[in-house]
Amino acid sequence: MNILVCISNVPDTTSKINFTDSDSKFDKNGVQFIINPNDEFGLTKAVWMKDSNKASVTVLTVGDSSADTILRKCLAIGADKAIRIDCEAKDAYSVAKEIVAHCESIKYDIIICGRESIDYNGGLVPGLIAGCLDYNFITNCVSLEIESGKAKCAREISGGTEFSECDLPLVIGAQKGLVEESDLIIPNMRGIMMARQKPLDVIKAQNINSRANDKKFFKPKEKGEVKLVKPDELDKLIDLLENEAKVI
Amino acid sequence: MSVLVYSESENGKLKKSSFETASYGKALSQELGSKLICVSFNCSDIELLNKYGADKIVNVESSNLKDFTAKTYSHVLSQVIEKENISVVILSSSADAKYLGAYLAGITDSSYISNVVALPESLNPFIVRRSCFTNKAFSTTEINGNLKIISISSNSYEINENNGDGVIENIDYNEVSSTFKVSNVEKQSAKVTIADADIVVSAGRGLKGPEHWHMIEELAEVLGAATACSKPVSDMGWRPHSEHVGQTGKPVASNLYIAIGISGAIQHLAGINSSKVKVVINSDPEAPFFKAADYGVVGDAFDIIPELINKLKARK
Repeated sequence: MNILVCISNVPDTTSKINFTDSDSKFDKNGVQFIINPNDEFGLTKAVWMKDSNKASVTVLTVGDSSADTILRKCLAIGADKAIRIDCEAKDAYSVAKEIVAHCESIKYDIIICGRESIDYNGGLVPGLIAGCLDYNFITNCVSLEIESGKAKCAREISGGTEFSECDLPLVIGAQKGLVEESDLIIPNMRGIMMARQKPLDVIKAQNINSRANDKKFFKPKEKGEVKLVKPDELDKLIDLLENEAKVI
Repeated sequence: MSVLVYSESENGKLKKSSFETASYGKALSQELGSKLICVSFNCSDIELLNKYGADKIVNVESSNLKDFTAKTYSHVLSQVIEKENISVVILSSSADAKYLGAYLAGITDSSYISNVVALPESLNPFIVRRSCFTNKAFSTTEINGNLKIISISSNSYEINENNGDGVIENIDYNEVSSTFKVSNVEKQSAKVTIADADIVVSAGRGLKGPEHWHMIEELAEVLGAATACSKPVSDMGWRPHSEHVGQTGKPVASNLYIAIGISGAIQHLAGINSSKVKVVINSDPEAPFFKAADYGVVGDAFDIIPELINKLKARK
């Protein structure tokens, strides 16, 4: 079984968000990049499936050479090989289309993406890939088991869980729950050494035109000062919520 | 060129979000000088959409489409899009709508944009405002492409009544075959969900253990609120993952967010930033949450919450 895990390189969750070039670009200065957390849940699941389903795991990212560090980390976590489609990641549409072009030449049984990236929060990539390739698709995926060529999945829905079955090939939008936070694999020295021997192929991009261009970024307005209420004056809090904020 | 709204329903009744999307769709169709077409699946009260200005209401009735699936629903919508010469599709930001939107973009080769918070700033070029970096920032973004799919953030657009005289139409469509089958759905039916709630009561490590959550649930019940929690609480298994709000959990865009015993890490604040009014209750006056909140109480949650519950009950 061949599994492809699509990886996005995102600012660490603790990063302060700033912009540059007259607020038209994200300021990468001093920002540490990590594997998109939703992708990492998917990658961990894929690495488990190497044992449980004799799967071979390829990780792929669309980006320039600065993304190689993240790909080496994925290899150290347990992926077998890495591919970087060499171009600047302009928007979700062009990134997804680059992945689609790759998946038309090499067939994968399961394509795993994070349900969304924590930077641009588009949530487009897994669905667009599935739609373009006419593959089955489950996003917000919290469980995945493959038995005799069929997938049994669970998806988090508003107020509950939906269980489903389908044939492969399949595209997954992964999130926490597919594996737990405590299951995430921290690469050990052996993994890091082995990662150096594993292939990292750089392939040529199709150079697909983007569809969404960010013109300007801005940050939410600073909050006014918090209104403090004493613990023995809770009537005042209720009054403020009822008559000033009008929310209860 | 018309505007299509996918009007979501649950158990055969329209959801509140479908009035938001219809209101947004109506305003946009007026700006574009075009018609508003609402499409719903197996829904019994679709005539309500007339109140929000629908020019046409398409009801898709089929026992094969009883369960929502992104693929089968998208293929029906793509046929309506073609037949009605649609230029913009409007969706809510529910889990199902976003699931559908991305797939629909794939099969129709259209441009999909999520988390949109207002009407377009310009129609030509088509520029929208959206939230990004998990609400730590916004962007104005230009969208190209003949067909655009827009998912609007919940609670970001006001419901406006607007008389319409939409004819209800059934349509002919070709069903697409799919091996995807929903086998079972488990729902906590009595509970208000975080996505649909006007008020969310959320608690963190300050509560010291899962055995103290009864007071959070009681406060939520009195307020008709959903319950939520911080990341450490869900990681320790005190509460289910579905309640985790924050950057890697769920976003919250409620009218009122009450945070109890949550210090306010940057990742948590990012996830709840779209909530309109925030109240923090914390024993540590230095907790970062006080900088992000509108109202705050410095004190012991174990004293404050029971008293707050009593006072709220007495008020009713």
